[in-house]
Amino acid sequence: MSCDFTPTVLHGYLDSELDASRAAEFERHLESCRECATALGAEESLRSSLQGASLYERAPVSLRKKIRADLDAATASSFALRIPAWRWLAVAAAVLMIASVSWFSWPRVQNSAASAPFTAAEIIDAHVRSLQPGHLTDVASTDQHTVKPWFNGKLAFVPPVKDYADEGFPLVGGRLDVLGGQNVAALVYSRRKHLINVFVLPTKEPDTPIHPPGARQGYQWVHWRHQGMEFCAISDASASDLHELAQLIYQ
Amino acid sequence: MSGSDQGKGADVLDAQDRARFEQLVLPHLDAAFNLARWLLRSRADSEDVAQEALLRAYRFFRGFHGGDARAWLLQIVRNTCYTWLEKNRPVELMTEFDEELHPQPSISPEALAIAGDNREHLTRALETLPPRFREVLVLRELEGCSYKEIASITAIPIGTVMSALARARQRLQRALTHASPQEASREL
Repeated sequence: MSCDFTPTVLHGYLDSELDASRAAEFERHLESCRECATALGAEESLRSSLQGASLYERAPVSLRKKIRADLDAATASSFALRIPAWRWLAVAAAVLMIASVSWFSWPRVQNSAASAPFTAAEIIDAHVRSLQPGHLTDVASTDQHTVKPWFNGKLAFVPPVKDYADEGFPLVGGRLDVLGGQNVAALVYSRRKHLINVFVLPTKEPDTPIHPPGARQGYQWVHWRHQGMEFCAISDASASDLHELAQLIYQ
Repeated sequence: MSGSDQGKGADVLDAQDRARFEQLVLPHLDAAFNLARWLLRSRADSEDVAQEALLRAYRFFRGFHGGDARAWLLQIVRNTCYTWLEKNRPVELMTEFDEELHPQPSISPEALAIAGDNREHLTRALETLPPRFREVLVLRELEGCSYKEIASITAIPIGTVMSALARARQRLQRALTHASPQEASREL
């Protein structure tokens, strides 16, 4: 190469890792050096191939399950080891309290005749994952007539999709997700600056009212079943906001 | 509270650790699996190795004092992958790393665009690179890591990251455009 720049500088430039003055210097150089300009074009082309080919492989659901089981085992066994005998009374009381709280807050134990097919941790996981850059929506649109048909052919059921912008819950979009090993539709609404995920999947269980909200790690969720569909809405928005949206969807 | 005698290097974890781990580390499971998949070139092996790495991360979670949880986890995943490779496919690690960076025999952007258009072809080309080239490319282009993050994950000096990437890209270009049929069809 006839120019003064080492080839690595081009890569630093491509990756936006040069400091401002060096980047500017290289840009000036690009105007006069054909070779570097072509090489940069080739690198950019390579990058768009790599990023556009869906080479990213996400963790399978089976792996998630195995890891949860591992974590359970690693936590549960150590739990017993850490607690001196005299504290067991307090532990028993705490367990009783947690059990009674979750009886009211967690759908799985809420209605013994019909337990939810996923756990609180899975819902929180799915919600947190959706907030990672680029993960929120597969179809971004405030128009229910765009979002609803998008699910056609992607799921074995048709999720109800409605925009509630007039009621203060504008539709943001939708995406496919996996909960408890099942494909589900995820609808995204916003409430002021908070995002709400509403997971929808089919169920054979009878209708239930909207359960009192569950809460963990700063997230709230509500769960209900209506007309053969199972719904779970989760957000960091307030529980009353969530309940309001749930009622809108329920109607 | 007692219980340190049970530790043996790894910590004993309680429900609070579990909740923190779920919040900070588990969201990066996709990144962990993706890195393992590209380092090991096999989904089945990656599932096993990623599972092992996550459990290892959990056991040593008390040693994580905040900061970049993704980089912390990927570091563990990478080490677990290399340990696995050393044991199961040592030949793969014997390929040279510090190859000269040759002046580019310039390949036109158009030719590359055509060669890179096929996912299968691209996958195979990427898989022909030595692991140490493959990992910097995957971390940069698929995971979107900065040089600093790549340096901390792969334990190579930050200055070396840029030249490693330059070499990796050059080799990938060559693999894409000059892959002999034999090379291109090389299976695991």
